[in-house]
Amino acid sequence: MKRILVIALLVVFGIYLAQALFMLEFGQQFFESGVKDLYLTASPLKLKVANTVTAIVVNFRGFDTLGEVTVLFLATTSMASILYKGRHKLGKRTVLFSASNIVTTGSKFLFPAIILLGAYVFIHGHLTPGGGFQGGTIVATGFLLMLLAYSDYKVSHIVLSVVESFAGITFATIGLFGLVYGGSFLENFLPTGILNNLVSGGVIPIIYIAVGLKVGAELTGLIYIALNEKD
Amino acid sequence: MEMKLFDIDIIEYGFFITAIALVLIGLYAVLIKKSLIKIVIGLSILDSGINLLLITIGYVKGGTAPVFSPSVIKDMPLTMENIKKISEGMVDPIPQALVLTAIVIGFGVTAVALSLVIRLYRHHQTLNIDQIKNLKW
Amino acid sequence: MIIYLILLFFLLALMIAAAIYSVVQKDLLYAVIGTGVISLVLSVLFYLLQAPDVALTEAAIGVALTTIIFIITIRNTTRHEGESKNDKAK
Repeated sequence: MKRILVIALLVVFGIYLAQALFMLEFGQQFFESGVKDLYLTASPLKLKVANTVTAIVVNFRGFDTLGEVTVLFLATTSMASILYKGRHKLGKRTVLFSASNIVTTGSKFLFPAIILLGAYVFIHGHLTPGGGFQGGTIVATGFLLMLLAYSDYKVSHIVLSVVESFAGITFATIGLFGLVYGGSFLENFLPTGILNNLVSGGVIPIIYIAVGLKVGAELTGLIYIALNEKD
Repeated sequence: MEMKLFDIDIIEYGFFITAIALVLIGLYAVLIKKSLIKIVIGLSILDSGINLLLITIGYVKGGTAPVFSPSVIKDMPLTMENIKKISEGMVDPIPQALVLTAIVIGFGVTAVALSLVIRLYRHHQTLNIDQIKNLKW
Repeated sequence: MIIYLILLFFLLALMIAAAIYSVVQKDLLYAVIGTGVISLVLSVLFYLLQAPDVALTEAAIGVALTTIIFIITIRNTTRHEGESKNDKAK
C-alpha cells in the first residue's frame, strides 16, 4: 500500500518537473548580455588568468571557497570524534590475506608518479583545466594506494595536522592582507603579469596551492581514520 | 537524425530526462528501502542527478570550454572587441564553478552519514530501521 | 554523425540501468559497484558537455573515494540486506 502511494507521488513529481524543464531550450543563450559576458571578458583582460573557472572560484566568489574548505575540515573532525572507540594502533591493521607480490612492487613505483601528477595539477591551476581540489584528491588517491598495498604503512598524524593548519592559516592571512592593502577581503593586491605565464594572476596561484595541500591532507586523514576501525 | 515524438526532439532533451530519472530513483530508494546503507546509496544517486541537471542548463550549442589557451588566442592583440568575439562561442562558466563546490560537499555528507551508520550498528546490532525503535542513545 | 548519436544514447541508457540495478540488488557489494559505474559515466558526460574541471573532480571523488568509504562500512556491518548480528552468530 505504501509502495503504490509513493510511486504515484513520484510520477506526479516527475511530470511537473519535466513540464517545467522542457520550456527551456537546450543549448540556447538566455540573455543578450549578462553576468556571463562580464566574467568571460574580465578574466583575461583585468586579471590575466587563462582559466575562467579558476578566476571565478578563487577571486570573484572566493568567500564560498573558504566556506567549502571549512566544511571539509568539519567532516574530518566529526568523523574522528564519532568513531573514537575501538581503534587499532597505528600501523597494525588485521587483513584477511595480504596483497600479492605484483601489487606491493608496482605500488612502490607508482606512488611518486601519482604525487607528481597531483602537484602538477594544482600548481598549474590558472593555465589549464585543474586546480586545488582536483590536485588534492589525486594526492589522496596516491596515499590510498599505498595504504591498501601494505598493511603496516604509517602516516604520522602530526605531520598531517601541521600541513593542514599551515595551509588554512595561509589562506586566511592572504585574505587579511587584501583587506589591509586593497580595501576588501580577498582582494588581488599583487601585480598581475602577462597572460599565459606561470607567474601571473596576483594571489590566485598562491591561494590555490594552499587549498590543494589542505584538501590532500584532509582527505588522507579521513581515509586513514576509517581504515583503522576495529571490527 | 532526429526522432520526432509529439514535436519534441528526443536526443536534445535526453539529458533532461536522464537527470529527472536519476532524481526519482534516488528519492525512491530513500523513501521505501529498509536497510540504512541502501538509504545512503540513494542519497548519493540524488546528488549525481542534481549536478548533471545544473551543468546541462549552462550548455551552449557549438560551444567550447571556457579556457583562453595559446592556441585560442593565436597572437591576437588583447583588446575588448577581440575577446568579446572569442567569448561569444564559449560555454557558461558559472554553473561549473558552483557544481565544483557541490560535488566536494556531497562527498563530505556521505562520509559523515556512513560513520553514523557504523556507530548505530555497534549499538543495536541490526541495520533494519523497523527494529531500531528507541530514540535514546 | 549517426554513430555519435547512438553512442550518446547508449551512455544515457547505461546510467539509468546502473541506477536501477544498484537500488534493487540485495547483495550490498554489487550495489556499491553500481554507484561507481554511475560516477564513471557521469564524468564522461561532463567532458562531452565541455566542462573539463568538473569532469576531473567527479572522476577522482566519485569513483575512488566514495567506493572505498562504502566498502569500509560494509566490512564493519552486514554484507547482505536484511541480516543482523544474531543471524551471523548462529
